[in-house]
Amino acid sequence: MPIEYYVFLSLVLFCIGIAGTLMRRNAIVIFMCIELMLNATNLLLVAFSKMHNDPSAQIFVFFSMVVAAAEVAVGLAIIVMMYRKVHSVDVNILNRLKH
Amino acid sequence: MDVLQTVFWILSALAIGCALGVILSRNPINSVIFLILTFFMISGHYILLNAQFLAVVNIIVYAGAIMVLFLFVIMLMNLNADTEPQKSRLIQIAGAVSGGTLLLVVLAALRTSMYSVPLERQSTDIGLIQNLGQTLFTKFVLPFEISSVLFLSAMIGAVVIGKREPASGEETPGAALRQPNQN
Repeated sequence: MPIEYYVFLSLVLFCIGIAGTLMRRNAIVIFMCIELMLNATNLLLVAFSKMHNDPSAQIFVFFSMVVAAAEVAVGLAIIVMMYRKVHSVDVNILNRLKH
Repeated sequence: MDVLQTVFWILSALAIGCALGVILSRNPINSVIFLILTFFMISGHYILLNAQFLAVVNIIVYAGAIMVLFLFVIMLMNLNADTEPQKSRLIQIAGAVSGGTLLLVVLAALRTSMYSVPLERQSTDIGLIQNLGQTLFTKFVLPFEISSVLFLSAMIGAVVIGKREPASGEETPGAALRQPNQN
């Protein structure tokens, strides 16, 4: 299996994530699209790790999963707080910082 | 076409289809389910790439912990297809076109510049937990310890953000509703 198949697959997944981020207005779905982009880059790192036969990239993927878990905890707390304030998860309501 | 290639194409098609399902489904709960399926397909790719430890961690951490957190939040807010805010058709088309344009540009740039390296077929054991653990606890032991501090600060941050503010002096619409609960 050539390496470029994996490059193209993760590129397609990343672009789907970007299109979803631009298309949707629900803050939670936008957050999920960001997770999708993170996973696409993780897949690319693992493919390159196999190509160079080097475990460091897999450790990097491991740390990126750690950071993603912490990020999700804080991000969902922010979304829950926003829902409590304005009773909506529509990002268009939050387009003004001062409200 | 041998077995591994067939598995690769099936997994890739399912991953892309499920990822499209994430961004196209109206109901946020369906989006979460599609995203969990996408993570399972990506874990299958990890197994094909001899990264068994990461495949298991991907399922446990992403599909098991993170997506359940998403599901809890969505169910807590009682979101469904009726409450889903919809962008206008024009903005949706613009988003899809810009994503597709990025895909085309990077694809065209990579097609001519990349040299094809076939990933060697023989199974390597760098993805096993023994080798990864040895690398993690010798070369990368300092980042590993620092990530524990990151987790602690993330936990404290989530608790501080999620804590209810005192009801006095609030002018949010929910303040009147919340008042009786505190007696």
